[in-house]
Amino acid sequence: MKLYHISYSNLKRRKGKVIFLVLGLVLGIATIVTLLSITESMTRDIEERLDRFGANIVMVPKSENLALSYGGITVGGVNYAVQEFKEQDLKGIREIENRENLGAVAPKVLGAAQVMGRQVLLMGVDFAVELPLKTWWHLGGAAPAASGDLVVGAEAAAALHLAVGDTLPLGPRTFTVTAILQHTGGAEDGMIIGDFHAVQEVLGKKGVVSLVEIAAFCRDCPISELVLQIAEKFPNAKVTALRQAVMAKMQSIELFKTFSYGVAGLVIFIGSLLVFVTMMGAVNERTREIGIFRAIGFRRGHVMQIILLEAIVVGFVGGFLGFAAGNLIAWSILPVVIPGGTFAGVNLPFGGLAVLLSISLSLLASLYPARKGSSLDPSEALRAL
Amino acid sequence: MQAQEKPVQHLIEIRDIGKDYQVGANTVSAIRHMHFHVDDGEFISIMGQSGSGKSTLLAVLGGLNHPSRGQVLVDSLDVYGLSSEQRADFRSEYIGIIFQSFQLIPYLTALENIKLPMAITGISAKEQDGLARSVLEKVGLGAKAPRLPDQLSGGEQERVAIARAIVNRPPILLADEPTGSLDSETAEGVMGLLRRLNQEGLTIIMVTHNPDACRHADRTILVRDGLCLAQ
Repeated sequence: MKLYHISYSNLKRRKGKVIFLVLGLVLGIATIVTLLSITESMTRDIEERLDRFGANIVMVPKSENLALSYGGITVGGVNYAVQEFKEQDLKGIREIENRENLGAVAPKVLGAAQVMGRQVLLMGVDFAVELPLKTWWHLGGAAPAASGDLVVGAEAAAALHLAVGDTLPLGPRTFTVTAILQHTGGAEDGMIIGDFHAVQEVLGKKGVVSLVEIAAFCRDCPISELVLQIAEKFPNAKVTALRQAVMAKMQSIELFKTFSYGVAGLVIFIGSLLVFVTMMGAVNERTREIGIFRAIGFRRGHVMQIILLEAIVVGFVGGFLGFAAGNLIAWSILPVVIPGGTFAGVNLPFGGLAVLLSISLSLLASLYPARKGSSLDPSEALRAL
Repeated sequence: MQAQEKPVQHLIEIRDIGKDYQVGANTVSAIRHMHFHVDDGEFISIMGQSGSGKSTLLAVLGGLNHPSRGQVLVDSLDVYGLSSEQRADFRSEYIGIIFQSFQLIPYLTALENIKLPMAITGISAKEQDGLARSVLEKVGLGAKAPRLPDQLSGGEQERVAIARAIVNRPPILLADEPTGSLDSETAEGVMGLLRRLNQEGLTIIMVTHNPDACRHADRTILVRDGLCLAQ
């Protein structure tokens, strides 16, 4: 017989109390796991959406001019000819330190063109890169396949009376409208969008890039660091991260996280109190037993070991079941909390932490009862005999 | 040259002990004054009425209750000069106790109850099992090893309590009213068992209020009102 046999036999005998103790810990740990799992899934969901959202870094030429537009009204023209980038320099973007975090690099050339006697903004893009980035673009017609194909913004199409299949002479070439871009609410509505090199030729900007949109995979990536690294490579460029929209959402998640930690802390406190009260009651009930242990030669340390071993077993079982229950709850309620969201998965290192937390709580809550029990004067304890 | 006479060494020496309790503003003396010795291999019965201080005396002898004054020497060791933890070790090594009403651990089987004192000794599991079973055989309960205390009769529980008290082979056995809750036939059997253990060399100090039980002892100490009246 070893001391752990006594602990184990006692736990077996007091099944009701043990179930009560374990339930207290399961409740606490499951709440933490559920809340944190949901938070993790929410963060993951938003990050995935952001990755899908497309470009999150924009690189434009530096300009001394102040913006002359407000609320969609532009006063004066915008001079895109100033300090534009050279197409051959763009490979520098792929040479930054965090290049593995870079996704698509989408260069654009912009310029005004005369179409049917009207000034229209012409944009040249690499459609193979651009279309996957602009998931919100809905084309009425076929996606451009050849260098002579054009996509026309909804407002431009209306103004110029253009439809799919129409041909349009631009500079030295004749283009075919293969698709009309449905309303986006953005600047594209009033544009004509063509193949990057073809538009360069039309605008007389061969080898010139007006702006670059860059998609960085931003989950865990240091977006501000990426911006700095690109800015270092291109001293004449103004590099900006499109974080504002993200920040608002991330702040909501952070708030939810803080709330989760608060609730989890409260539940853990109540759970610990439950363990403490139950352990205290159990120790008081066992005064007689402790008296016998002490009378037959058990040291204080032996009595403490028996009680704390029980606490470890209860803590382990509570932590393990709590982690399992928490994941199960998170998995089952996630579709309700985040429509279309996916469960972040079972985080095993976190499971280890949950079990450790549960054992620590159980030990902490049992420490005082164990000390009290072991410090019982044998003669005092034996009066209960 | 005249040979110097060696002082007689007793196994247990009770030197002028007293035990007082504070009850409210009053001091009650459970033991007023006691002074006696017990030799190795003796079977002593301490007899007295309820409240005479005999159980307190047994607790003091067992290193469980610090006397208010006086000394308890066991094998020349000043029991109350030891620290609390050293006294625990002393109890484990020197003393076997049979409590009134058996006091077995209800969730341990008869065999496990007997193994209990060995849980802190470092004896291997195999050796523990062998020792516990041989002691169980000795008290005539070999077949009842897997039974829980509530599945045993009073006499059987008493025998398990005796087996638990002697399994570590302590030199001293303290018994508090060992036949108090048994019928006369069972009580006689238990007393016979104690007598046999004494004949094997175990020093036994038994507290009882039953004159019949005293018949088995070598010596009886009568106590009343916390005083030793006669030996």
